[in-house]
Amino acid sequence: MAAHQAAQTLAEKVWNAHVVRKGEGVGAARQPDLIYIDLHLLHEVTSPQAFEGLRLAGRKLRRVDLTIATEDHNTPTLDIDKPIADLTSRTQIETLRKNCAEFGVRLHSLGDKEQGIVHVVGPQLGLTQPGMTVVCGDSHTSTHGAFGALAFGIGTSEVEHVMATQSLSLKPFKTMAINVEGTLKPGVSAKDIILAVIAKIGTGGGQGYVLEYRGSAIRSLSMDARMTICNMSIEAGARAGMIAPDATTYEYINGRPHAPQGADWDAAVAEWDTLATDDGATFDAEVFLDADDLEPFVTWGTNPGQGISLSGVVPAPEDFDDENARAACERALTYMDLKAGTPMKEIRVDTVFLGSCTNSRMEDLRAAAAIVQGQVKDPNIRMMVVPGSARVRLEAEAEGLDKIFLEFGAEWRFAGCSMCLGMNPDQLAEGERCASTSNRNFEGRQGKGGRTHLVSPQVAAATAIRGTLSSPSDLVDSSSDAKVA
Amino acid sequence: MEKITTHSGIGVPLRQSNVDTDQIIPAVYLKRITRTGFEDALFAGWRKDSSFILNQEPFSQGSVLVAGPDFGTGSSREHAVWALKDYGFKAVLSSRFADIFRGNSGKQGLVAAQVAQSDIELIWKEIENHPGTEVTVDLAARTVTCGSIIAPFEIDDYTRWRLMEGLDDIGLTLQHEEEVTAFENERPAFKPTTLPARFS
Repeated sequence: MAAHQAAQTLAEKVWNAHVVRKGEGVGAARQPDLIYIDLHLLHEVTSPQAFEGLRLAGRKLRRVDLTIATEDHNTPTLDIDKPIADLTSRTQIETLRKNCAEFGVRLHSLGDKEQGIVHVVGPQLGLTQPGMTVVCGDSHTSTHGAFGALAFGIGTSEVEHVMATQSLSLKPFKTMAINVEGTLKPGVSAKDIILAVIAKIGTGGGQGYVLEYRGSAIRSLSMDARMTICNMSIEAGARAGMIAPDATTYEYINGRPHAPQGADWDAAVAEWDTLATDDGATFDAEVFLDADDLEPFVTWGTNPGQGISLSGVVPAPEDFDDENARAACERALTYMDLKAGTPMKEIRVDTVFLGSCTNSRMEDLRAAAAIVQGQVKDPNIRMMVVPGSARVRLEAEAEGLDKIFLEFGAEWRFAGCSMCLGMNPDQLAEGERCASTSNRNFEGRQGKGGRTHLVSPQVAAATAIRGTLSSPSDLVDSSSDAKVA
Repeated sequence: MEKITTHSGIGVPLRQSNVDTDQIIPAVYLKRITRTGFEDALFAGWRKDSSFILNQEPFSQGSVLVAGPDFGTGSSREHAVWALKDYGFKAVLSSRFADIFRGNSGKQGLVAAQVAQSDIELIWKEIENHPGTEVTVDLAARTVTCGSIIAPFEIDDYTRWRLMEGLDDIGLTLQHEEEVTAFENERPAFKPTTLPARFS
């Protein structure tokens, strides 16, 4: 990374402020830096073996006061007051409870009003702040980068390493600027930006990089929308994505339970104001995307890079120059049971899933509710709405969003990861097709043999009304057609 | 961690790009709380198909997986590495690895060797035309050998050193515990703590 006096990027500043010990050597022989970790988030799936490792080695958890746990991946979204029916899920949750009690870790369990998806819980408690290093045994930890934090997913060995040492040995990342200029059209959202970015640079394009999302289109986004974008950085291959903190960021944090208070707030803001990338700092790579031209974006295949404008058609293997991409397209079309040339808007779905750490926050629920309010759901569609946290659920209910979804015919569930990865009972059946606001359309991700199209909350809502992949603008068109008829 | 300098074993061709960790080990197997015993979970979805490469002899006995680009994308689950290791794999060759998967491999003694796609293609041909051909991964020389093919591979120096010495990362870091404490003492007071818990 650049020397301190040179112009630096946001990512470099945060990195440099956390170097406990600099690695020796240069180039390929460069040893990793030892980086201090400000916040460690835990959940039930990737922590049991790490706790066990500590126990076997007779080690302590170094900073329980920088650690917090919640239950999310396995938790049911119905009947949460009853014992978890799946015994292995129940054991995993109970193991987390025992481990947290033994090591003194703060835990928000199912039924607690701060429980929810780990990446929704951290920000809403005000624990995620600019300039921090945040890690979790979950690749979507990149979400927290929306606050100008350096946040990334780690494996279980690293979870144990952070527990024992509150630090990680890491090689410096390269930096990539993702410049998004312009104004989004109505009905187009942050999800469409990030799906378009991934389609542009590919699922491996961000490998080895920290992405920094910049430009007027990014600056105008709310924190909920910025989290959607940073969340899917990993789908472009980048461990982390960041957005420089600004007034929008400060307004979101101010007043939250763990936000700095009084003189600490002033000191924090003074520090946060210095984080933005310096004029004249250089990135190792740059990407440009025009927000003005962007349309609702959806995936047709089985990796998040296989996406296209909703107004497009299913591509053919011949459309790809690269042999691997051609083979991947062919395989994906077979798995997805799609024919090349089919207009995306003619694809009929069975299930609509509104939720996940990508799109389960208030803004997402509000956007979908505004579209389905007073409309009739396609009778063949099952729609599940799963708030990202118990607190989001409560806030949504206070605004009456639950009633809008229920009147529309959707299911209103309790918080968790749910159908994003189907570790709980919320799964697709074999061959079922889903328009999903989640982040991964991998084979079998939402249930064995299930087929996933990644969409925005707006597209999810419009699809639930029409039964085929649809954008909100299709609703306007069809209602005006009806008037003419 | 066991020391590794060189490994030879049957090469398994996996002619696919973007093999994500959901394919390497589906989420349903992540509910276990142990660190071993994941061999049945490896590629569980694909292994139901009798034509899948690991259902064919002699590939079922393989220990060097030769995969397409962007191997190990998606979820951070280290279970993917555990499943590969529990099945018997010692090394994976690919032209591009997802960052988290690569890191997890290094922690668990699985060699993630980055080989040029043109060399992967040559090795695929060799092990498909002559099933059972061994692939040798030599960490000291940083080469992969298969039949008459000798190809260089990339792996970062630090990971290579740790693999060859069989070193435990936590133990290495704890040698610098005083520096961690010194850093901790200088952290700004405004940085948040999770305890005592505050509620809205």
